Amino acid sequence: MTHPPQGPIPLTLAVNGRELALHVAPWTTLLDLLRLHLDLTGTKKGCDHGQCGACTVLVDGTRINACLALAVMQDGKSVTTIEGLSRGDELHPLQAAFIEHDAFQCGYCTPGQICSAVGMLAEGHAEGPDDIREQMSGNICRCGAYPNIVRAIGEVMGAGR
Amino acid sequence: MRPFSYARPDSLDGALAELAGNQGAPDASAAPVRPVAGGTNLLDLMKADVMRPTRLVDITRLALRGITETGDGGLRLGALSTNAETAWDERVRARYPLLHKAILAGASAQLRNMATNGGNILQRTRCYYFYDTATPCNKRAPGSGCGALTGVNRIHAILGASEHCIATHPSDMAVALAALDATVRVAGPGGERAIPFADFHRLPGDTPHRETTLRPEEVVTAIDLPADNLARHSTYLKARDRASYAFALVSAAVALELEDGVVRGARLALGGVAHKPWRDRDAEALLVGKAPGRAAFAAVADAVLRDAKGHGHNTFKIGLARSVIVRAFEEAAGLEPS
Ligand SMILES: Cc1cc2nc3c(=O)[nH]c(=O)nc-3n(C[C@H](O)[C@H](O)[C@H](O)COP(=O)(O)OP(=O)(O)OC[C@H]3O[C@@H](n4cnc5c(N)ncnc54)[C@H](O)[C@@H]3O)c2cc1C
Ligand code: SF4
Ligand code: FES
Ligand code: FES
Repeated sequence: MTHPPQGPIPLTLAVNGRELALHVAPWTTLLDLLRLHLDLTGTKKGCDHGQCGACTVLVDGTRINACLALAVMQDGKSVTTIEGLSRGDELHPLQAAFIEHDAFQCGYCTPGQICSAVGMLAEGHAEGPDDIREQMSGNICRCGAYPNIVRAIGEVMGAGR
Repeated sequence: MRPFSYARPDSLDGALAELAGNQGAPDASAAPVRPVAGGTNLLDLMKADVMRPTRLVDITRLALRGITETGDGGLRLGALSTNAETAWDERVRARYPLLHKAILAGASAQLRNMATNGGNILQRTRCYYFYDTATPCNKRAPGSGCGALTGVNRIHAILGASEHCIATHPSDMAVALAALDATVRVAGPGGERAIPFADFHRLPGDTPHRETTLRPEEVVTAIDLPADNLARHSTYLKARDRASYAFALVSAAVALELEDGVVRGARLALGGVAHKPWRDRDAEALLVGKAPGRAAFAAVADAVLRDAKGHGHNTFKIGLARSVIVRAFEEAAGLEPS
């Protein structure tokens, strides 16, 4: 038995605090919805296969890979991307720490790194630099900015305790 | 990704009705209607055009989430509980530390937040040829041949393989579940049944496209862990190409029951070496009555690996497996690695 493909289906989603009523095709990933339909291009597409972490966003506060998530499966949920972290001109502490510690070079992995770090701190399982390295391993940095990424996150983590 | 249609049932019966038309498909993985849970393996394989379901059934609204007591001292892990929820559950950490460790050794934090327990044990091989639709692969296209047998096979199997397929099962969690003698609970049109973990995954034989004993019209509802005395002396050890976020080359889930300095019971499951988590109960029995130590552990390793066979690039895994087994047992017994 095969089934004919289906046209766009309704989806309600809060993105960075904005309630949206959308129609999307079932095979649209959350990543493509954000970038192509909502013009939120802060979230990056690195591999599109869960292997790099550039697409990391927060769904109901939990960090996930948007490239392996179907948009229609997020119905009723709340999505936060890098664009939603600051309060007006006031940067999120992790954003400020990444600048302070020079935790990037080209910047391509950075939105994913920062969203992932926000998720990691909320999870609350990391205590020191070794934990940060292990629990941030899902975010690859091609420029190798790792030492400063770990320092930036470590500073915010220390300040939060 | 190829277009497909989408259903979002809110009950198990609704999901089973969606899957009813799958009856007769050679394997759950090849059926036209597929449940989607975390999506981290299914969507990856659909993007690679390896899996081509025409309809996805979103099962995430089903009441299959949560970790509960079984009533006889064990734990029931809901099929839709995420890998992260399961690993960090206090009862899992205290009673099945081996499982905690194995889950956290897999994938990344983001992926573990998405991945579900049911989806984890049903994830498919990472064989490069399986993923590459331009090459032959008996698992993806039955009868087309095996690209890995004479190709690049560094990550492939050394135990239980056949001339038709030398793929490995990539899950870390499943290796722990094999060591813990878990049971997979499934529901189908005829009701529920329970599958012992050792019978859930198949060896390739001449039908490598048949991967599990789950029927195409069934849904995994939970995984049961029996009560045991293994928590104290157990561990999961994973050897891989980088320190994190890499699949196992070889991994071992081990547990010992020690009494007065003597082994009363031993468990050993290997990952990265076969088409399913590898158990060898005869080899485990060699430890019973022995004092824990390198010589005894090496004898088990030799017995498990007696029929191991390399295919060129992966031959190093035989020696690696021996070291991983001995080291894991030493760790579990609280001995200094030798
Ligand atoms: C980059 C990367 C690295 C990874 N590294 C590791 C690693 O090191 N170790 C490791 O163990 N894993 C690793 N994984 C794999 C990951 O753990 C699996 O993809 C995940 O566990 C699958 O769970 P899911 O819920 O996302 O499954 P899905 O993708 O939703 O489903 C997988 C399969 O199971 C079926 N299915 C799902 N739930 C049910 C159910 N309840 N009943 C019946 N059928 C069902 C689906 O139809 C599909 O065929 C990695 C994945 C990626 C992308
Ligand atoms: S090892 Fe198995 S999965 Fe890989 S190419 Fe051969 S048949 Fe396909
Ligand atoms: S784009 Fe999602 S993990 Fe690479
Ligand atoms: S800063 Fe360039 S990839 Fe990380």
